[in-house]
Amino acid sequence: MDYFLTEQQKTIKALARRIAEERILPVRAELDEKEEFPWDIVKELAAADMFRVFVPEEYDGLGGGCLDLCLVTEELSRVCSGIAVTYAASALGCMTLMEYGTEAQKKKFLPDIASGNRLGAFAITEPTAGSDSGNIKTTAEKVAGGYLLNGTKQFITNGGEAEIYTVIALTDKTKGARGASALIVEKDTPGFTFGKKEKKMGIRTSATRELVFRNCLVPEENLLGKAGLGFIQAMRLFDKSRPGIGAQAVGLCQGALEAATDYAQERVQFDQPLITLPVVQQMLADMAIQTEAARALVYAAARYVDSGAKSVTESSAAAKVFASDAAMKVTVDAVQICGGAGYMRDYPVEKMMRDAKILQIYEGTNQILRNAIAVNLRKRKARTV
Amino acid sequence: MNIVVCLKQVPGTTEVKIDPQTNSLIRQGIQNIINPFDTYALEEAVRMKEKSGGKVTVLSMGPPQAEAALREAISLGADEAILLSDRAFATADTWATANTLSKAILKLEKTDIIICGRQTIDGDTGQVGPEMAEMLGFPFVAYVSKIEEIRDNYLRVTRAIEEGHEVLETTLPAIITVAKEINVPRLPSLRGIMKSKSTKITVWGIKELGVDANTVGLAGSSTQVIKIFFPQRVSKAEVLTGDNAQKVDKLLEKLREAKLL
Repeated sequence: MDYFLTEQQKTIKALARRIAEERILPVRAELDEKEEFPWDIVKELAAADMFRVFVPEEYDGLGGGCLDLCLVTEELSRVCSGIAVTYAASALGCMTLMEYGTEAQKKKFLPDIASGNRLGAFAITEPTAGSDSGNIKTTAEKVAGGYLLNGTKQFITNGGEAEIYTVIALTDKTKGARGASALIVEKDTPGFTFGKKEKKMGIRTSATRELVFRNCLVPEENLLGKAGLGFIQAMRLFDKSRPGIGAQAVGLCQGALEAATDYAQERVQFDQPLITLPVVQQMLADMAIQTEAARALVYAAARYVDSGAKSVTESSAAAKVFASDAAMKVTVDAVQICGGAGYMRDYPVEKMMRDAKILQIYEGTNQILRNAIAVNLRKRKARTV
Repeated sequence: MNIVVCLKQVPGTTEVKIDPQTNSLIRQGIQNIINPFDTYALEEAVRMKEKSGGKVTVLSMGPPQAEAALREAISLGADEAILLSDRAFATADTWATANTLSKAILKLEKTDIIICGRQTIDGDTGQVGPEMAEMLGFPFVAYVSKIEEIRDNYLRVTRAIEEGHEVLETTLPAIITVAKEINVPRLPSLRGIMKSKSTKITVWGIKELGVDANTVGLAGSSTQVIKIFFPQRVSKAEVLTGDNAQKVDKLLEKLREAKLL
């Protein structure tokens, strides 16, 4: 299908695909097996200007929006979803800064993100605050010279590898979520260390780690926007970033569909290729339909975000939920079509199936997001959009 | 440092067809690429520039569509591109090609080093680099696997030879051809691709080069391809018949005949 991308978007997508096929494909199985952070690939992505895609031009970026970011994420995820999330998490780590940061803050941090010299990360989740993200306990006490951070963040993508962290912490713990604020914390700030590195089911090349703050003094000028707005900033951020998770899902769908189709064409049983069997044809057709529908919804949601629309909660949640459910189904079916071979680590589809599961969980579980959509439906009462 | 890279656009396939009239490659309908060996030359030039400063000029002789290869070179880090294109340049042998490229080099302001791939994947001769060195009177090193040092008027390189490695030094300007061990060529960058779309590609023909039409192209070639053919496959297999005992006897006889037993 033609999504009428601009010339620049086509160029971005084509180059991302080339990097994925020429540089990531040969190493993806090894990175997954060893659970190694893909620094060589990150450097390739940086050299190809991929981290510039989502940064405004005045800070050495290419000025692309949500859709451009989605195109890169999709192409990377088609080959390796672990690398796709590593890339997208750097964008997530600086989106609050781009939205609410001062000129001085943006000038200080964005050029390094754009060049790929430093990775970004976003930290809200804590042991007590998953879906209940308002229930964070990490505090940022106002002291002379800045904020004193204390607490532990959990399951942080790019944790330990990123150098620029956007951390949500309570500057006023008496107010709960309304006392939360967003702070930029740089790696190597005294009192900021890294805890447990998680061992995961999928996206195993990506780093997921605890951030530990013990009397970590963050300079006052690192506060993003106004104190007390951190929770709202985070919710708005996820509204805009969720199409990116959808794009990750679309990439997985595409990769799994291609792998299953190739296998069905080559594999001969009962003297004929699998693809000539109606039951396999039906499965592949459904996979293709799911993939294309997910892509259409993700691109539409991304374009809606880029239009500057005020409330994108429902659209971006719908894109994330639909695409991630599709990715789960399509990858499970891809393993089924590839049969015993598909279950083996020599074939890529078992990794895709493991990688897909997280998409239904992070950046809002699909259940929480369905709730959010339902809440809006109830509020609206009317039957038309 | 003014660095010149000579590169050629070649068919991106091994299934080339030959025009029986002209005995040259049929280029229509085939995806063209930068000769893979030349991508190592370009990468080394760009690394040299990034390290010590200077300018990378890419030079190619070919039909108008070779412009695409030069634009790709810009996206990979080259600064300027010159296409030598003229009907008179067509069907050149290596001598005429080297002559045309050398004339273009002389037209450039000042060249410190010329880097070429070790050979092309279509012609496979590996002659153009050394021929240019002769014509320009520049020192020449082939199969360079590492640039050890380059500075004003001095170059030290390692090259692969059959028995091992050789370290050579020379004055500049010089010509080197590089082996693929020298580096891993980068992929283009988005900024590079955008720049390549707007960069002006200079085109020089016989007029701009100021050369006699008889010294270039087919007319200026000392050699001509008069025939291209596939070697005939002769099968000499002999099938021994009879029962197993007879077959073994026949085989032994054959082996004795051949004095292998």
